[in-house]
Amino acid sequence: MKKSLSQSSIVYLDQVTKVYPTANGEFYAVRDLTLDVQAGEFYSLLGSSGSGKTTTLRLIGGFEIPEYGEVYVGGEAITEQPPYRRDIHTVFQDYALFPHLTVAANVAYPLTVAGMSRSDIQPRIQEALQLVQIAELGDRKPSQLSGGQQQRVALARAFINRPKVLLLDEPLSALDAQIREAVRQELRQLQRQTGITFIYVTHDQEEALALSDRIAVMHAGQVEQIGTPSDIYDNPASPFVARFIGQANFLTGKVTAIFELGESSTTANVVVNNVQLTATSPRYVPTVGENVTLMIRPERITIANAAADNQLTGKTVDVTYIGQRIESTIETSLGPIKMVQLSSRLALEQTVQLSWPRSDCIILPS
Amino acid sequence: MTAHEHPRKPTRPWFLGTVAVLIYGFLNAPIAVLVGMSFNDSAILSLPFKGVTLGWYQTTFQDTAIQASLLNSLKVAASATFLATLFGLLAAFAVYRYRFWGKSSFRIALNLPILLPGIVTGVAMLAYFSQLGLGLSLGTVILGHVVFGIPVAFGPILTRLSQFPRSLEEAAYDLGARPAQVFRGVIFPYIRSAVVAGALLAFTLSFDEVVVTLFLTGRENTLPMEIWGRLRTNITPEIAAVATLLLGISTVLVLMSQWIADTDEAGHV
Repeated sequence: MKKSLSQSSIVYLDQVTKVYPTANGEFYAVRDLTLDVQAGEFYSLLGSSGSGKTTTLRLIGGFEIPEYGEVYVGGEAITEQPPYRRDIHTVFQDYALFPHLTVAANVAYPLTVAGMSRSDIQPRIQEALQLVQIAELGDRKPSQLSGGQQQRVALARAFINRPKVLLLDEPLSALDAQIREAVRQELRQLQRQTGITFIYVTHDQEEALALSDRIAVMHAGQVEQIGTPSDIYDNPASPFVARFIGQANFLTGKVTAIFELGESSTTANVVVNNVQLTATSPRYVPTVGENVTLMIRPERITIANAAADNQLTGKTVDVTYIGQRIESTIETSLGPIKMVQLSSRLALEQTVQLSWPRSDCIILPS
Repeated sequence: MTAHEHPRKPTRPWFLGTVAVLIYGFLNAPIAVLVGMSFNDSAILSLPFKGVTLGWYQTTFQDTAIQASLLNSLKVAASATFLATLFGLLAAFAVYRYRFWGKSSFRIALNLPILLPGIVTGVAMLAYFSQLGLGLSLGTVILGHVVFGIPVAFGPILTRLSQFPRSLEEAAYDLGARPAQVFRGVIFPYIRSAVVAGALLAFTLSFDEVVVTLFLTGRENTLPMEIWGRLRTNITPEIAAVATLLLGISTVLVLMSQWIADTDEAGHV
């Protein structure tokens, strides 16, 4: 299995560990990390700072060499190869444009150092600049460009000789919120157009959810979960992932009964503070008597008097109008529960009945 | 605001300004006097001023000893500058890039020649060369000038290198450039101004150096040595003319190195 994955994946990290010596012993930036990225995928490494996501990117790019483990690209072990021998380009967080070169010369750099003739390079520059919609800026110096334009130059430069894999290190973080979303969509389009595999590092969960085919959520140098955006959002593998991605209500309780041992999920009764709830465990089979955490996404809770798997009565204590949505906090016998609605606005001190189906009440190991 | 009101202006430090002008005027007066005397229509190098003439410059340009020593000075300065800049660049790169045993001692040792009195360097090198059995010549002068030229070149290059964003280098490697291409195409353009500024400074220092040269020179004289020699025997305003020319060349070189450093700094973000 492992052997074949290392062969079939465009990028495969096999139990990779990167250790840095520090004053107080060793720091494991990445520990025993295994990842597979398939050709043509938009793959995100999502985590907070210090989670090891950037180190992972640098291991793939060749800027760091792991102490243990192997890095495969296109089925070939390239663990110790220098960056210039790898068919991988990086879009750096600060873009790293060469200040003394024009935009055109920056974009042409990979072709120039490969020894391509000037006449062959010229049409490729125009093509690359058009791809990122800055065809008219070729003669400028990087210092004369806006942040968004610089980022396009960095993209065009990384694209121009069609690498197997493109690494992007928080490429949107230096941009204003307004253009960030536009550039985000363009990035996705560009990836689909070119079919180049993207490995994208970000700490922004919204970005990762919006862009990725698959996401690896990283924490403390290790992978917490790998999956599609909806997989990660709906069925987080751990309380950490559930907390990191989106908002959620967490309840802790004890499993009292397990019924329906399904193929893909288990249903169980969980008692929280003397209230019995019915919940689903898509990832693992809990045991009776086990202490577990329940996760309920705020937008999955509805206000209804009709019968439902789980019902709870409470009183609104806070209503926040955000424009697109309305966030309310309901004080219940299980503590405050957050819910999100799109339109109807609750009054304060209103008594309401909350309900949510068992499929939206996810059991996580405590 | 009504029309007749003047905008408020910050008060200017007239007193301090005047004092500063007086002090620097006093300190630089000898140079002005020297320049003046080079145009003096008199047979000896002293005042009073008897009239304006370009005769001394004419004499200078026809003086074969001056020409020969000027040529020697140019040879020495050019060779010493080339070697000093090369070694300074290599040393700066080593200090910037690597951690090695004795790094801080290495830096101190490099800078020692500009901290030590020239007379110490001169005596030391003279003793060393005679131990080695090396005959004194322009070659030994060049070696002496290289010694204090290295720190002069090393300083600005290291300063500039330490501002070099590491990600530029990584980007170049990432995009397929080999180490030599990275140096030529990315690192060197970034530090070029500092290299040129350092080289010009080293050239200027070598061009008018006397003390170290005094110990290491053989039969051939450099221009400052020629002037020094003549001062003791035949003091004519020709010396002032030569010195004025030397001053002019040095000033131009220093201004150039400043200008190059400034324009390049402004060009980068």
